[in-house]
Amino acid sequence: MADKVFIALQNNAEAQPVIEAIVEDNPQAVVNETPGMVKIDCPGRLVIKRETVEAKAGREFDLQEIQINLISLGGNVDEDDDEFVLMWNV
Amino acid sequence: MSIDLKTANVEPIRRTFDHLVDKLGPDKNPTRYQEAVWGLQPKVNFHYRPTWDPAYDLYDPGRTAVVMEDFDDLVDPRQYYYGTWTIQRGKQQHSQERNFDFVENRDLLTGFDSALKEKIKALVVPLRHVAWAANTNNCYIAAYGFGAPVTSACSMQSMDQLGIAQYITRIGLVIDDYDPAGLDTAKTAWLSDQKWQPMRALAEESMVTKDWFELFLLQNFLIDGTVHPLVFNRFDREVIGDGGAAFSMLTEFMVDWYAESTRWVDAVLKRAAAESDANKRLLDGWVAAWMPRVQGALHPLADFAFNGQGAEVIDGLVDELMARAGKTGLSV
Repeated sequence: MADKVFIALQNNAEAQPVIEAIVEDNPQAVVNETPGMVKIDCPGRLVIKRETVEAKAGREFDLQEIQINLISLGGNVDEDDDEFVLMWNV
Repeated sequence: MSIDLKTANVEPIRRTFDHLVDKLGPDKNPTRYQEAVWGLQPKVNFHYRPTWDPAYDLYDPGRTAVVMEDFDDLVDPRQYYYGTWTIQRGKQQHSQERNFDFVENRDLLTGFDSALKEKIKALVVPLRHVAWAANTNNCYIAAYGFGAPVTSACSMQSMDQLGIAQYITRIGLVIDDYDPAGLDTAKTAWLSDQKWQPMRALAEESMVTKDWFELFLLQNFLIDGTVHPLVFNRFDREVIGDGGAAFSMLTEFMVDWYAESTRWVDAVLKRAAAESDANKRLLDGWVAAWMPRVQGALHPLADFAFNGQGAEVIDGLVDELMARAGKTGLSV
């Protein structure tokens, strides 16, 4: 359990660039799509990079915007302006 | 008692339109932008050739020498379609209006010393005609270009330039306390003042450039790429140094817009150059052919703006532009 982190986002157009960015930046991430939700599991560490999301969305992106479509997450959060990182502090 | 919750996963039969599946592959979710622009260009069943130009079909990829396997690849990294673009411009309009209110309510611009006022009137106000040429040129590309990603972005660019022309006009009015005579003076300068004639000749020549991609490069890359930094960056700094910071508040939109539109222009050039060596050679050739003309048109304006020291400023601008060209894969 402690070796896996996850993030669950609403499955909508706004979350799409975030999901694509996660997939690009975390090669080990596994995406589980359900009709309303996308749950992404990743062993060890999962990072969301502002730069990648901006490239996917084609606009400036504040990482706090993910909160709007965030359903749940598992892992300790380390967040700054450029990166949102999930991992277990053990 | 424990309740076991079962979830049934319903796979959607399709994620998007078939023509997007053809382009993206079956399990990719398209963006709103891709849905808005791809496959929009009419390509078949034109029946008759237009009487006004029987050499081409009504919509014809052959109206430019640039050859693309698929013109839908010339996408806009800003992902502008009508919705996203109007929302963004609406926000910018709102803040720009507030800036105008601020400057007008405090009489900040009318309080400038008269030498600085005259300089702004002579250099900035006639630019409304340059912006109008840019508006017309982008309209032309939207009308005769091929592929909705580039033609739709050009029609937005065209409206943006119209907006810029209107903001410049307002600066011309505000600085004279709403006396429209200043606009007539600016038009006379545009038509007969020596320092504006090379720029006017260039603008008029651009309006009769037939190849729409060449016009795209000339207008959106070479002309905008030098005129905007010259006036709204270099000259702006000069004005601030002379105590005219209020002027900057009125040009904020142009600065933001320029930073954003360069991303699009560079991305289109980069994609076209990456398509084939023939395209790259074509673009290189157009840059080489037009660059001296653009520089020549800027010289008298830069000399006027920087009291005879224009050459140095223009060298700096050209270096910046060529660095941009290098990043898009052109060898200039």
